[in-house]
Amino acid sequence: MDLSLSTRPEGDKTVVEVGGEIDVYTAPRLREQLVDLVADGKYHLVVDMERVDFLDSTGLGVLVGGLKRVRAHDGSLRLVCTQERILKIFRITGLTKVFPIHESVEDALAATD
Amino acid sequence: METTTVTVRFTALPAHVRTARLVAAAVARRSGVEESVLDEVRLAVGEACSRAVDLHRRHCPGEPVTVALTDGKTSFSVEVVDRAPEQGDAEQTLGRLAEQGGSAVLEPATAAVVEQASSPDAAGYTDEDEQLSDALGLAVISGLVDDLEVTRSATGLALRMTWPLDVPVAAIPAQH
Repeated sequence: MDLSLSTRPEGDKTVVEVGGEIDVYTAPRLREQLVDLVADGKYHLVVDMERVDFLDSTGLGVLVGGLKRVRAHDGSLRLVCTQERILKIFRITGLTKVFPIHESVEDALAATD
Repeated sequence: METTTVTVRFTALPAHVRTARLVAAAVARRSGVEESVLDEVRLAVGEACSRAVDLHRRHCPGEPVTVALTDGKTSFSVEVVDRAPEQGDAEQTLGRLAEQGGSAVLEPATAAVVEQASSPDAAGYTDEDEQLSDALGLAVISGLVDDLEVTRSATGLALRMTWPLDVPVAAIPAQH
C-alpha cells in the first residue's frame, strides 16, 4: 500500500494523518509535507500514525527531522500510535525518549509541555 | 527437507526495496517462519536493502543489489550483498553489533545524533538527516536480528541475518 497524507487544522495545532507505508521510497513525500507546514508557520504538529502499515528508519529519520524543524520555532511534534509493531521500532531505536507518543488524537491535542 | 535458496537481484532503486521486502516475507512464510516474526523479517530485510541501495546510488549506481533467501532445515536466513567500496565507521559499527548483538550499543548513539543534528537547509535536507537514517537503520537491524553476520569480501559487504525455525518433532511428517 502506498503512502496517504492529509492535514487538517485543530485549533492552534495541525493534525497530519498518515497511512500506508513510510519507507525509503515514500518518506520524501512525508518530509516535503512537514517542511511545507513549517514553512507555512504551522509549528505545532500532531502526526496520526494509526493507519500506518509499515515504518522504516528512513521514515523515522523524517519524523526526527520534522521534530528538529518545529523545535527551531519553539513548536512541538506529537505522535499518535497504538500499534505494537510500529511502537516497537520507536523502542528499539530509543526514540520513545525523543517523541511524545499518545494513544489518541484527542490526547495529543490536549497535551501541553 | 532440502535447503533451498531464492535469489533476487535488483537495480539499486528505492522502489525495488519494497519488492525485495515482499519477496522476503513470502519466502519466509513458505519456509515456516512464524506469523509474528514475519514483520521482523520484512523490516530487517527492508533496512538492509535500503542501506545497500543508498550505498550503490552514491558509489556504483549501475551495479545490482543481491538478496539470497535460504530456507534451511532449522533456520531461515537472508543475505544482502552490496558492491559498494568499504565504509569505514558504519561497517565497524555493524561488525561490533554483529559480535555483541542487541541495540544497547546504538541507543545512546541514536539519542546523541538526534540532539547534535543541526538545522536543515531550505530544502529540508541535511547530511545529518542521512547520518541519522543510517544510525537508525543499524539500530533497527541490530534490535530485530539476534543472529547477524557481517563479512567483507573483495566483491562487497555481505550482511547475513538468520532466524530459527521452530519445528516441533511431532510436526515433521513420518517417512513412508
